[in-house]
Amino acid sequence: MNSPSPIRAAFRQAIGEAWAGGAGALLPIGFFAGAAMLVPFTIGSEASQLAAIGTGVLWVALALASLVSMERLFQADLEDGTLELWAQDETPLFLIASAKILAHWLISGLPLVVLTPVIGITLQVPAGQLVPAMLAYGLGGLAFFLWGGVAGALAASVPRGGLLIALLALPLFIPTAIFGALSVQTGLEGPNILFLSASTLFALAVAPIGASAALRLAVD
Amino acid sequence: MISAFANPHRFMALSKWLAPACLGVGALLIAYSVWQGLWVVPQDDYQGGDIMRALFIHVPSAWLAMGSYLGLALASFVWFVWRHELADMAAKSIAPLGAGYTAMCLATGSIWGKPTWGTWWLWDDARMMSVLVMFFLFLGYMALRAAMETRQKAARAGAILAMVGAVNVPLIKFSVDIWASIHQGPSVLRADGPAMPAVYLTPLLLGALGHMIFFAGLTMVLMRAEVWQRRSDVLIARKLAGA
Repeated sequence: MNSPSPIRAAFRQAIGEAWAGGAGALLPIGFFAGAAMLVPFTIGSEASQLAAIGTGVLWVALALASLVSMERLFQADLEDGTLELWAQDETPLFLIASAKILAHWLISGLPLVVLTPVIGITLQVPAGQLVPAMLAYGLGGLAFFLWGGVAGALAASVPRGGLLIALLALPLFIPTAIFGALSVQTGLEGPNILFLSASTLFALAVAPIGASAALRLAVD
Repeated sequence: MISAFANPHRFMALSKWLAPACLGVGALLIAYSVWQGLWVVPQDDYQGGDIMRALFIHVPSAWLAMGSYLGLALASFVWFVWRHELADMAAKSIAPLGAGYTAMCLATGSIWGKPTWGTWWLWDDARMMSVLVMFFLFLGYMALRAAMETRQKAARAGAILAMVGAVNVPLIKFSVDIWASIHQGPSVLRADGPAMPAVYLTPLLLGALGHMIFFAGLTMVLMRAEVWQRRSDVLIARKLAGA
């Protein structure tokens, strides 16, 4: 029998979940916009103040929105037995895990990046700053999803693991948040965008291995 | 060599007298350094007068906090590669102690910072940020272990998390260092020798040594408790199987 490659299957399955019942890809977007919306209500609506903190608010909202969907990322695969088949397949599990996390980022991370200029403008951030900032938000969001994926894999067998995932992942978000915020502030000039790219590449190299070790633990 | 120490019977025999010995010697050294720090050494007006006496708790707890994360990562690695149960017990025991020392470092630092810097907390200080992140790494480690349903899974998940955290620590440190630091420069471990007068340095180093030995003693006590816990679990399981 000719079964599809598990890497492609994981990728397509994660893409398909965007359309699945219960809002799918709309959920992180709604959370992202909602979290940013709270800021003018809590900080005040003064334009200069909002402009000063706007890009940072977007980073916080992006980091939190990355965590929202991590609980279900591998839990569903564990429950229906998919994970067990992946663990037995000859394809390295870390490649399958990477495919799943990347596809998940495409459907629930990338839309947030596209949305950042819109929310940024409402937060009075100068429009010229927002378009180059999308590159930084994209790179940073990918790192958030990768570390979130490790936490999600570790907590896959934990019922109601959402808060646990947040506690595990947030310390790992710090380098990305620091370099990301600095590169947006300096308008992609200087070394910070390179540091941000480096930390995302580091996450790309380390996180899938950690996630696959955690997934093996979940199926045992 | 690791295998020789990994034998639980040998560990129990050794720690039976080594744990109380470490606790006693450690407590004596800590008491000496606190006594020196609080009553004997002259105050240093440049560091805020009497408040600088917090040094004798603050600095050892910072060193211990960093050392305990290193210990946690090493124990996790040893368990993950060789599956020596004692290494997992060590990791499990180090975590709450490390979190405690990290919290003590943050608390004494805040108390010291208020009169000298004029604030309880500074977000743009690199070392405070690093210690705070470490505190969260310890909390996450303990929360993850507690959430796992079996002991074996807790050990594996904890080891994976500790190792992922450990490879991230240099990156976190580097990124946080980019933040401007208003902390005073290092004054003990410097290339040109300690800048601190010996009257402070000797009690500080003895105190730090005392905290280290005390920490080792506490770790052994917790590990012994864990060994007994596992033995009692086995006994209960046997009794239930026989009944």
